[in-house]
Amino acid sequence: MNNFEFVKPSTVEEASAALQSEGAQALGGGQTLLPTMKQRLASPETLVSLTGVEGMVGVSASDGTVTVGGTTTHAQVAAEAASAYPALAALAGQIGDPAVRNRGTIGGSLANNDPAACYPSAALGSGASISTNKRNIAADDYFQGMFETALEEDEIITSVSFPVPEAASYQKFLQPASRFALTGVFVAKFPGGVRVAVTGASNNGVFRWTEAEEALSKEFRADALMDLRINHLNMISDLHGSQEYRAHLVGVMTRRAVESAS
Amino acid sequence: MPKDSGIGASPKRREDVRFLTGTGNYTDDINIHGQAYAWFIRSDAAHGKINNIDASAAEAMDGVLKVFTSADFAEAGGMPCGWQVTDRHGEAMQEPKHPILAEGKVRHVGDPIAVVVADTPDLARDAAEAVEIDIEELEAVMDMKAAVADGATKVHDDLTSNLCYDWGFVEENREAVDEAIKSAAHVTTLELVNNRLVANPMEPRVAVGDYNRANDEHTLYTTSQNPHVIRLLMGAFVLGIPEHKLRVVAPDVGGGFGAKIFHYAEEAFVTFAAKALNRPVKWTCSRSEAFISDAHGRDHVTKIELAMDENHKFTAIRTDTYANMGAYLSTFAPSVPTWLHGTLMAGNYTTPLIYVNVKAVFTNTVPVDAYRGAGRPEATFQLERVIDKAARELDIDPVELRRINFIQPDQFPYDTPVAVSYDTGNYQATMDKALEISGYADFEARRAESEARGKLRGIGVAHYIEACGIAPSNLVGQLGARAGLYESATVRVNATGSISVFTGSHSHGQGHETTFAQVVAEMIGVDASQIDIVHGDTSKVPMGMGTYGSRSIAVGGSAMVRATEKIINKAKKIAAHLMEASEADIELKDGQFSVAGTDKSVAWGDVTLAAYVPHNYPLEEIEPGLEESAFYDPANFTYPSGAYICEVEVDPETGEVDMLGFTAADDFGNVINPMIVEGQVHGGLAQGIGQAMMENCVYDENGQLLSGSFMDYTMPRADDMPMMNVDHSCQTPCTHNPLGVKGCGEAGAIGSPPAVVNAVIDALHRAGNKVEHIDMPVSPARVWKAMHG
Ligand SMILES: Cc1cc2nc3c(=O)[nH]c(=O)nc-3n(C[C@H](O)[C@H](O)[C@H](O)COP(=O)(O)OP(=O)(O)OC[C@H]3O[C@@H](n4cnc5c(N)ncnc54)[C@H](O)[C@@H]3O)c2cc1C
Repeated sequence: MNNFEFVKPSTVEEASAALQSEGAQALGGGQTLLPTMKQRLASPETLVSLTGVEGMVGVSASDGTVTVGGTTTHAQVAAEAASAYPALAALAGQIGDPAVRNRGTIGGSLANNDPAACYPSAALGSGASISTNKRNIAADDYFQGMFETALEEDEIITSVSFPVPEAASYQKFLQPASRFALTGVFVAKFPGGVRVAVTGASNNGVFRWTEAEEALSKEFRADALMDLRINHLNMISDLHGSQEYRAHLVGVMTRRAVESAS
Repeated sequence: MPKDSGIGASPKRREDVRFLTGTGNYTDDINIHGQAYAWFIRSDAAHGKINNIDASAAEAMDGVLKVFTSADFAEAGGMPCGWQVTDRHGEAMQEPKHPILAEGKVRHVGDPIAVVVADTPDLARDAAEAVEIDIEELEAVMDMKAAVADGATKVHDDLTSNLCYDWGFVEENREAVDEAIKSAAHVTTLELVNNRLVANPMEPRVAVGDYNRANDEHTLYTTSQNPHVIRLLMGAFVLGIPEHKLRVVAPDVGGGFGAKIFHYAEEAFVTFAAKALNRPVKWTCSRSEAFISDAHGRDHVTKIELAMDENHKFTAIRTDTYANMGAYLSTFAPSVPTWLHGTLMAGNYTTPLIYVNVKAVFTNTVPVDAYRGAGRPEATFQLERVIDKAARELDIDPVELRRINFIQPDQFPYDTPVAVSYDTGNYQATMDKALEISGYADFEARRAESEARGKLRGIGVAHYIEACGIAPSNLVGQLGARAGLYESATVRVNATGSISVFTGSHSHGQGHETTFAQVVAEMIGVDASQIDIVHGDTSKVPMGMGTYGSRSIAVGGSAMVRATEKIINKAKKIAAHLMEASEADIELKDGQFSVAGTDKSVAWGDVTLAAYVPHNYPLEEIEPGLEESAFYDPANFTYPSGAYICEVEVDPETGEVDMLGFTAADDFGNVINPMIVEGQVHGGLAQGIGQAMMENCVYDENGQLLSGSFMDYTMPRADDMPMMNVDHSCQTPCTHNPLGVKGCGEAGAIGSPPAVVNAVIDALHRAGNKVEHIDMPVSPARVWKAMHG
């Protein structure tokens, strides 16, 4: 790891200001950024730790919306969102191992937008709104491909608001080594329709499976998906699974999500 | 009543107190005043020509002592290979030069090119980034069959081809085997891959070199399973340092699984650099570095044919294997696919004719060498898989097919057609035991229950034979070993009766300090707390061949028994003198010497004190002191065996395999500490199940390692492990070592992979899916693909 400066601001304004300096980078739980720095694949000059920023941590629920502060850890979401949004809590509880869950944050996960990460599917599948120090971004506009998001260099995710669906479920098929999602599907049933977001599978990162959404919006039953196949051509192929396998898993995991949605 | 001490008891492992309380002394815990740190610059390219190395900027940096390249090692020897295989035509194998640092060419990702030594690890790494290396990439040689085709790019320009050797065994049987296969009633053929593995011991390798100018003595602290072997190889072949000026210390070692047997360039480097710089030099391997610098395991591509007569008796076996050597010959690499593999191809069966062909091939990959089981898992896997396939083709029960071909209990000692002679065994008994424990007879009910849940349940059986304690030395010498394979022990009894046992075996997690002490405690009748086991330091232990091949108790333990017998003999003489009795009448029991038929006795401590304070002592007959050594060179291998059964459930939608239960009924001969033996089997099973279901070291066609971290290399985790039912009540003691022991360290890793794959194939077949084989690891993606074509 190369040397860096470390600052720990206590307000969003201070953090924003600190991020203006050349080579500054936000630090959430460090579960992605620190290993990258140890490998010398990233060498920020200043780390701006967000975990001391007031008002950026915690889970709150009101008016059918669950709001999660940007520095809330996965473990906190797993515990504190359990009654307000069980599918979201269950997703958070399946990320990594206890050490990762007690450090890693929702802001870090969404900012990183790993194509195999779990949270992006919950955000996109719930139609969440991602609030930053500058604006609110709809999930549909936020995810822009593998490791690509709508965030600007110095933008900080301060919170994420999830509309709570009538029923939802996240089904994660583990990549055996990393235990990220080889394919993960988040299904959320809202009064106005069903949203289906898929992670782990596509070269473009998290995406919505619109054909499944249409079919499920008509009839929210696993059988409604029986005739649907997703095209494999843009899927990821690696030593853990071919494009065809991932495309197949999207179907299986979506059906399972519908069956277990609550 | 189970015993609570001595042989057969299960005291807790005394070494665990320090391991579990963070007070172990591992190599990385050793820091010597003034030490500098080495950072190895390794090749990113699989194959390339080194056009230029410019280290001037790095050497000019503050805190940098020196940047070493191959030019600094012009006087040193190359990394030696400890086993020379002779090919089918009587020619010696092709043995390429293996420099400490790459000379002119790099041959695998991870090949060390230069080393920066600096005041701190970070400075060394910073400076490494300033070393400019110009490499012209060459085509990578990856596929073994393509590598030995005419006109293939060569890994080593000075060799005639990429073929290290073409070995035939038993060559005289070749034609008879061909004939038998031609005329057989049935022949089953199977092509399979034994997947490449990375050992990944919990403790990565570390080496610290130290040099004392005052007396010209070198010390190497290293993570090794056999420090004396390192002293011999590095001293004699690489750096030219005689034994009395070179001390090698391997303190606590955190796992090895074979990967810490070998002599590595980093060890030679730190030893050399410590003298060159007159500073202690330390190197600590990172996990990422371990993936590209520790020797890998397995990597065989095999075709096996099994011939049978009308009565389903095996008549012949022919196997053809391509064995990957990687880019250089690691220390014992040539022996693994040959003498540790071909000699086991008879398995537990009476097959009269066997021919094994092995082509060892150089590729642009990390060198491959012994990994837990070494050759024996490769032999067992193909044999136990082809038998399962044959049973299916013939529509007979796979257990029955094995039973009718087993060597029967009354046939021991049994000479196989592949040179080895099994002393004891009872394969029907281990099979019976495993069937009983696993509830084999009630499988159908469990299968129906799974089916009702939409899951495919399967059961897989395998039986294995192992050869442990490779020996005797004169034989292995004929087979090409460049070392002896005995073990030594010194038993030093101190004046007050406490005992230090110096053994050439070296625990890297097996619990020797507990087990070995149990044996001596039993023999003398003193409490185990009176006994210390000393190992891992060439300045303390006279000689040693180390720990691998499940040899420690069978060979090292035997040497210790012999030395202890000498101690007892001498002590009896002293006791006879003290009690004015005849030596022949002296009995030793529970630490008391007594005169048979009388009530006269002296305690162990009285005798040991007399040996060191010889006032009343037969000085004209025996020397004072009580210390004895023994070298033990076994007459034969030992042959553990066992029946393994595993039960799985396959999810037909995803191909995911759920391992439901695993049964291991092993025959290890006599067992010293049942708890430790059980732990060894658990660990072996974890690695075997890991190989079968998860682990896979994968390169792309350009020689880049795709599974270079735990993000892509699937290590088995605790929650991947099923309930393991481990039994070792079937015991046919070894006939040729004093303890009647066989060895248990590798069994789990040898017997389990075929049981797992057999179970998965069984599950698919019972569901009507006629898949014949799935290569390991049977990952969800592979099972799904096999099911859906
Ligand atoms: C062993 C292991 C297993 C894992 N398993 C999973 C898994 O199963 N599923 C899964 O989804 N993830 C998994 N992860 C990733 C984990 O969830 C990380 O916590 C997460 O991806 C990054 O969060 P962080 O808070 O640690 O971010 P950091 O590592 O601190 O930062 C990551 C990136 O986000 C930026 N950033 C951080 N916080 C903010 C913010 N509030 N606003 C804007 N930018 C920000 C940083 O600048 C950096 O670029 C795993 C990680 C590990 C180490």
